[in-house]
Amino acid sequence: MFDSSTLLRQRFAALRSTADLFSLRHVRQSHQALSVRRNVAEPPALSQDEGAMLTVRINGVEAYAATADLSQSGLQRALEQAENLARQIARYSLLDLRDQPVPTGRHDYLSPHFDQPMPGLADCLGLLAEESASVPSDSRLVDWQASLGMSLVEQTYLNSAGAELRQAQRFLFPGLAVTASDGQDSQSRSLGRENFGQQGGFEIIERCGLRGAARQVADQALQLLQAPNTPSGVRDLLLMPDQMMLQIHESIGHPLEMDRILGDERNYAGTSFVKAADFGRLQYGSSLLNVTFDPTLSEELASYSHDDDGTPASKQFLIQNGVLLRPLGGALSQFRSGLGGVANSRACGWNRAPIDRMANLNIEPGDQSLDQLIAGIEHGILMRTNRSWSIDDARNKFQFGCEWGQLIEHGELKGIVKNPNYRGISARFWRNLAAVGDRSTFQVLGTPNCGKGEPNQVIRVGHASPACVFSAIDVFGGDA
Amino acid sequence: MMKQAFQSLIDTLGSALQAGENYTLGLSAEQSQFVRLNHARVRQAGEVSQASAHLRLIHAGRQAEQQLTLSGDRHLDRQRLLDALSQLRQMLPLLAADPYLSLDDSAWRSDSQQTQAQPDLNEVLALLEQEAGDLDLVGIYAAGPIWRGFASSFGAFGWHQANSFNIDWSLFHESGQAVKANYAGQVWRADDFTARLRQARAQLGHLGRAPVVLQPGSYRAYLAPAAMDEIAGMLCWGGFSAQALATGSSALQRLYSGDATLSPLISFTEQVSGSLSPAFSDEGSPRLDVALIEQGKPAQRLACARSAAEFGVLANGADSYESPCALSLAPGQLPREQVLARLGTGLYISNLWYLNYSDLPAARMTGLTRFATFWVQDGQIQGPVNTMRFDDSLYNLLGDQLEALTCERELILSTSTYGQRSTGSSHLPGALVKALTLTL
Repeated sequence: MFDSSTLLRQRFAALRSTADLFSLRHVRQSHQALSVRRNVAEPPALSQDEGAMLTVRINGVEAYAATADLSQSGLQRALEQAENLARQIARYSLLDLRDQPVPTGRHDYLSPHFDQPMPGLADCLGLLAEESASVPSDSRLVDWQASLGMSLVEQTYLNSAGAELRQAQRFLFPGLAVTASDGQDSQSRSLGRENFGQQGGFEIIERCGLRGAARQVADQALQLLQAPNTPSGVRDLLLMPDQMMLQIHESIGHPLEMDRILGDERNYAGTSFVKAADFGRLQYGSSLLNVTFDPTLSEELASYSHDDDGTPASKQFLIQNGVLLRPLGGALSQFRSGLGGVANSRACGWNRAPIDRMANLNIEPGDQSLDQLIAGIEHGILMRTNRSWSIDDARNKFQFGCEWGQLIEHGELKGIVKNPNYRGISARFWRNLAAVGDRSTFQVLGTPNCGKGEPNQVIRVGHASPACVFSAIDVFGGDA
Repeated sequence: MMKQAFQSLIDTLGSALQAGENYTLGLSAEQSQFVRLNHARVRQAGEVSQASAHLRLIHAGRQAEQQLTLSGDRHLDRQRLLDALSQLRQMLPLLAADPYLSLDDSAWRSDSQQTQAQPDLNEVLALLEQEAGDLDLVGIYAAGPIWRGFASSFGAFGWHQANSFNIDWSLFHESGQAVKANYAGQVWRADDFTARLRQARAQLGHLGRAPVVLQPGSYRAYLAPAAMDEIAGMLCWGGFSAQALATGSSALQRLYSGDATLSPLISFTEQVSGSLSPAFSDEGSPRLDVALIEQGKPAQRLACARSAAEFGVLANGADSYESPCALSLAPGQLPREQVLARLGTGLYISNLWYLNYSDLPAARMTGLTRFATFWVQDGQIQGPVNTMRFDDSLYNLLGDQLEALTCERELILSTSTYGQRSTGSSHLPGALVKALTLTL
């Protein structure tokens, strides 16, 4: 770990620049993707990636150059490219950053159990093959796949003001999915995959529940195939954590990103129904809603000590007792807006510049067990595991769909229903938050697939949440 | 230079390969200038030089692959490639034989180099300032050369270089409504860019009118080519894939199984020839033009070599993801200048946004209007429509509710820059539909 630090330090120290400030962000990452589909191992896919972004500030104008040439001359060339570009765009620049504070921290950060050795390829494939083989023989089970992704990421940030921030992280993404089809309709059930990822070691496999899960997941896919469609109408909605994470992501996370509010993303990812003036005032949700930016849950995907611009990260309430307090805005957005923020300036790799991203965005637990949540619903539906997501560019009108639905009548779980969908408007939806599950319902989840930015970036984000109940939501099924 | 570097890697592999081993080697590289714009000023600017090789080693019916970043230093890159080869070599004996391993062992050759001069950033920024400095413009300029390469131990060799630019922007009215525009290609013409900027400025005028508030319901609608591109994009998401069709994961399952049809106006083709995409797939097969839907009825499906082996179909040069890279929809008979008159009263939808399936087997999708959507009455634009959600089946929109397609089509070059600048494109007409279901 950090075996390139000495060389990087030397080369950074030898760089020559006329810039007022310059920085180097070096990223080295490797990834291994394993999968067994329909009892056949797919070719293992490995990747190794390494490069650096050089960023300069000249008379308040910043520009960057990214290169995989880490030789002294390669870094120097990139630095000069960035300098030339900063001068070239100076008269057109939107921002004057001369007075923006400069990070000076020095710190190392490691994922939990980072040094723990991982099982070898054969053992990992053996686990996946075992799960795949556990899927029962049934002609309606047309596809199934057990998978395991593992990423190692080392990043070093150095700047001319003396900062040195290093982090080494390991991420695991276990998954299992089964599709059942009768020729007309298809239903899938999954565990993990896009809805689950954590930092750490092999203990994540156990936490995910992958081992021994195939038979149940397959059985649930078959149950869905035979289930009636979700009835249309207004019901109370009990969302389990693996759908809450999507709900948080789309209708709290994205609207609170300060760069969207400042207009940077209007051509692509969109804007926000939230305005700068809303912070400190807007009743975003019911008084039960408490949302935190929390980089301190060590297993969560986006736990870190500093963001990619060098800002120290700490837990902050974004929404407390339903009131909107602070945006997801990194140091630059805070400088531009004059508002508070968090350490969420992040880049997906060495070839993309940091922008405001979600990181760990969580809902704090409440005080009700799952049984109590269900018992409190007269006419409702439980939904779990996201499968469809769509929301407008201001992050307001949404429609989400889940894999699994189960009706609730008079405080009791009833029959399973397929194609459970619901729609709503963010600005009102969270005010219908009627009950929040306690810590026994709380799960730390996350996804590797949050897309945003021009040029585009896809990044890992963490979401931890209890189960939650929303009153009077428009629910419906599919056509099939 | 890049081609020589690639050849050097091929030579390295050629001399390092052991008896019985085969390889495929892909290359993907670009030198890109990215300039983000907000309020018609430069918000963020940078240059990215990146290159990666994708090595697949095959031996004794087993295969594994590794992607590695290339530094540009030939000695270092050679060593990285040899390290990757060694790692894959150690891995193969741990794997079971792959029953779906299928290799294209032909020694095909393909070479396409389009090296037009790139726009000068100073000129682009000066033109933007001159033509749009007073507007609320936001977007991105991306430009520079893109390289793709492929080689195999069987003697196949493909090379593709395309210098291209893509400026994608929106103009925002103070009302919050916006017009979306794009100028992309390989030959930069300042006059063409100026004309696009002025055209977008003129469209802003319509956005100052009072917005029309619609209730959920069914409406006549015209979907402009950019809106059709979003729908086509959903179909690219496994719709035509041989694997997805064989495993119940395609939205076009019922079409391909003969249980449903689309309008006879609908003919989709994967039209690689003449597009900006490389003439070879990521797994090293020459790409073919493939008829996917003909007059509303299913034709071929996109099959990569692995699917061909697994499902007993013929491979047709598809990428491993079996997604079209140059989807083309045949034109119709409706002249563009008659669109408003034929629409009569209904919605003129310039763009759609964030589509997803609400019921995949039923090809039912949901999404939202975005940018310049207008309410039209008796062929006249009345005003912009606030964002609305639709939820409807493709078997309606491109089936019995499809009234006409325009004669004119637009070539839409992908603006995607996830990981790297895309070479994908689509060629689509606009569509007039009798009924589009709005739900929120």
